[in-house]
Amino acid sequence: MSDDRRRLVGHEDGTHPDWEPVIGLEMHVELDTQTKMFCGCAVTRGDDPNLHTCPVCLAHPGALPVVNRRAVEYAARIALALNCTVRPRSVFHRKNYFYPDLPKAYQISQYDEPLATAGWFDYWVDGERLRCRINRVHMEEDAAKLIHAGGETGRIAGSDYSMVDFNRSGTPLIEIVTEPDIPSPEAAREFLQQLRATVMELGVSECTMEEGQVRWDANMSVRPAGSDALGTRTELKNMNSFRYLQQALDAEIPRQIALLEAGETIEQETLHFDPDTGITTPLRSKEEAHDYRYFPDPDLVPLEIDPAWVEELRATQPELPAARVERFMRQYGLSRADASVLAPTGALAGFYEEVVAAGAAAKAAANWTMGEYLAHLNAAGLEVGHGHVTAERLARLVMLVEDGTVSTSAAKEVFARMIEERAEPGEVVERHGLGQISDSAELEAIVAEVVAASPSQVEQYRGGKQQVLGFFVGRVMKATGGRANPQLVNELLRRTLDA
Amino acid sequence: MTTLDPLRLTARDAKRLLVDGEISAAELTKVFLDQIAAVEDKVKAFILVTADNAAKYSTKVDREMQAMRGPLAGLPIAVKDNLVTEGVTTTCASRMLHNYQPVYTATAVRQVWDGHVVMLGKTNLDEFAMGSSTEYSAYQVTANPWDLDTVPGGSSGGSAAAVAAGEALWALGSDTGGSVRQPASLCGVVGMKPTYGAVSRYGLVAFASSLDQIGPLTRSVYDCALLLQHITGRDPRDATSVELPEPVVLPSAERLDGLRIGVPSEYLDVGLEDGVRARFDETLARIEELGGRCVEVSLPHTEYALPAFYVIAPAEASANLARFDGVRYGYRCSDPVDLTDLYERTRSEGFGPEVKRRIMIGTYALSAGYYDAYYGRAQRVRSLVCRDFDHAFSQVDLIASPTSPTVAFTAGSRTSDPLAMYMSDVCTIPANLAGLPAISIPCGLSGGLPVGFQLIGPAFSENRVLAAAHALEGAIGFDTAPPFRGSRSSSGERDRGSADTTPRPEDTHP
Repeated sequence: MSDDRRRLVGHEDGTHPDWEPVIGLEMHVELDTQTKMFCGCAVTRGDDPNLHTCPVCLAHPGALPVVNRRAVEYAARIALALNCTVRPRSVFHRKNYFYPDLPKAYQISQYDEPLATAGWFDYWVDGERLRCRINRVHMEEDAAKLIHAGGETGRIAGSDYSMVDFNRSGTPLIEIVTEPDIPSPEAAREFLQQLRATVMELGVSECTMEEGQVRWDANMSVRPAGSDALGTRTELKNMNSFRYLQQALDAEIPRQIALLEAGETIEQETLHFDPDTGITTPLRSKEEAHDYRYFPDPDLVPLEIDPAWVEELRATQPELPAARVERFMRQYGLSRADASVLAPTGALAGFYEEVVAAGAAAKAAANWTMGEYLAHLNAAGLEVGHGHVTAERLARLVMLVEDGTVSTSAAKEVFARMIEERAEPGEVVERHGLGQISDSAELEAIVAEVVAASPSQVEQYRGGKQQVLGFFVGRVMKATGGRANPQLVNELLRRTLDA
Repeated sequence: MTTLDPLRLTARDAKRLLVDGEISAAELTKVFLDQIAAVEDKVKAFILVTADNAAKYSTKVDREMQAMRGPLAGLPIAVKDNLVTEGVTTTCASRMLHNYQPVYTATAVRQVWDGHVVMLGKTNLDEFAMGSSTEYSAYQVTANPWDLDTVPGGSSGGSAAAVAAGEALWALGSDTGGSVRQPASLCGVVGMKPTYGAVSRYGLVAFASSLDQIGPLTRSVYDCALLLQHITGRDPRDATSVELPEPVVLPSAERLDGLRIGVPSEYLDVGLEDGVRARFDETLARIEELGGRCVEVSLPHTEYALPAFYVIAPAEASANLARFDGVRYGYRCSDPVDLTDLYERTRSEGFGPEVKRRIMIGTYALSAGYYDAYYGRAQRVRSLVCRDFDHAFSQVDLIASPTSPTVAFTAGSRTSDPLAMYMSDVCTIPANLAGLPAISIPCGLSGGLPVGFQLIGPAFSENRVLAAAHALEGAIGFDTAPPFRGSRSSSGERDRGSADTTPRPEDTHP
């Protein structure tokens, strides 16, 4: 899009008050089942190519698929987390097309009778709760992985030859399809991040993004603000970065608005987003769209799901991030902002709850967990729960601050030394003399010294400049290595200066 | 050693001779290998004869008699070449798989291998089982041992001809629209298609998945039951397979007292040859003599079964055969310039004309905009055909019809007329659409060529079908030995080059 056009539309802040974007998303999740969707081969990542293959996932003549029950369970758990109805009967179809990563030349997928339909997912954007309706959740199998050698693009066209790794062939894949309910690129990013956290919490997929275990398509259109009609949409396919998705949508919206405002029409097409240029370009248009010739796979009987089994799954669902945020706010009196940091992932939430359970006050525990503890993990590159401070030790530190044994500022040093020395906070305090000085005789001497050393500041204070008190507090703190009980210091200073 | 007639020997008798020590497995196997050596250049039933392995394995069965016993042990068998056999080239009679070495073995074959049968070789078929004369094989045209100038039927024509010609004691075939029963009928042997799901399809190279069933071709109904006993059962590798509600029983019935046999008028209205009609009517009379009762029933949607089949089967085939793309195994065109070229030329050069015809019909029938008019409607017809049978079986125990409207036809007479070829299966297709068990037994000759009599039962009534067929077979007393008349011209033959046998270690399987 030319710069001229960009200037034609919108305001300088990049908003387009006359138009509203309409975004729908599809998320693909590879499940972490032990075996593949239709055969007994192991689901692995990062192994040598073609180690985990068999006649079924290589599509040898005569081989037949058999549905992986655990994959159905995982898919149903996702569906339940999205408030979908798990249908008592669903059907696997064949989606026919030729490509070297698809050994049967059809993908077994679900079509007009998917596993689950009609749900919703609530997510938060800037403190506001949005609801996105879920159209469907269905099951399918992943394709193999292609590696194109030679050539410059890394694509099949122009490569010297291509290699196929069938380890991924037949990995269980779930597709989640939303209704076009998402109002902005930022909301799209938030939706996907929160949806991913939910899927991870279910324990059905680690959702690693680098390996493409989770990836998504977006389709988007714009319409006059306030309208109910849907415009012609374009699609962005196979993305696995939240940032690029948002950038791509941020680029696509003004492009569509510009076209419409210039009286042109939107072409229904699939776009490719180039993160380097920030521009979307057509990949294929609808006229070239495949006719997949879906029909029910006669090798598989319809999937019959006992509603009682679904209820069993429902009863054993883990607590999901959104519910836990609410509970943390309710139970621990946390702000939504704090709860939204601590609650979404099970590991961190669990750690926090252990700290509280070990006796720390909820608010202080939250601050320490979000602050020093996370900073420590980041610095050391460690996973939650694998830091060098246990929840019990952090709780004891929080309690030492609370009961005045350690000052807030000294506590940070205690924390650092707890890590360094892998020690209990009490030990650290004792060993390094980091306990708070609350002995008024000791402090009185220091206060007297500080006051005697700064006659001009004493004069200022006595001349009515009360703020100078802070200067004296700082001096005392410095002299005590931050260990002086601040309340007591204040009291003693006033007594000395006001005398 | 007793002198054995390979043209008349049944598995039941052969087993008795083995058990009594009258003959060894090696000697029995040699009887059939000798017959293959004597007649195979005329019959051309086999794509691959695994003579060395058969000889070795039969010796091993003799040597390890204690460990390797059981009802099937030492009995030589021929296997249709669309059942995959690990280490033994499996071609489906297609250029596409001219060099394909399976890495596993079909469940049904595995089951008989585990019973220590001796595999003689892989038999010819219409390419990917698509045809009714075995003339669509990419390698050779099989002759009917009753008249070498006629076809053996198809697509299991190689298996049927091998049994009829005494080149095998019995054989495995597959039946999608009559591919076991019709060649059995034309070759004067017994052929059965079990209830859909009774035999695992794992390792049967798929033609039309919702219709395919593996079935036995034998010289007697008893043998048919014996072989069926060993290939039925639920297979965890085939989601459509089921356990029969009652195990297959070896039949002994000699009477049909009280049995109601329905004769659908629609099946007699399909242009039956006079001789076929005459043998059929005689057989109905024998049923009455044996205490059965023949009544007319109606299967009103019969005339739509054939067109529905020729939508559903090609539709499924178009997807099933899409995996033959030259990427992983099988035929690949030379020097493809790009991916599209690889696909197009591999498939153009690798498939024969009938396979291409069906892939195109099936692709068309599934295309956007045509799906409902063709595939959707064909499935509705299929439901109606099923309902016809349900209704009929509320009145009768079994349904009888000719297996094929004609006796064996002259080679080349129908290859240029696909519709005439398709009509060969008009009486057999409905049982596939409805998934019902059906058997064909020889019921006499017409013009010196065998006529087949078909009995269809309700789902899972294998024992009823087999018992009735056994009683009838006894009354008919058909002589299974063919005269090998005619002088076969070799003009229609395709040279496959040297058959490549991959020898397997003696101890891995037969």
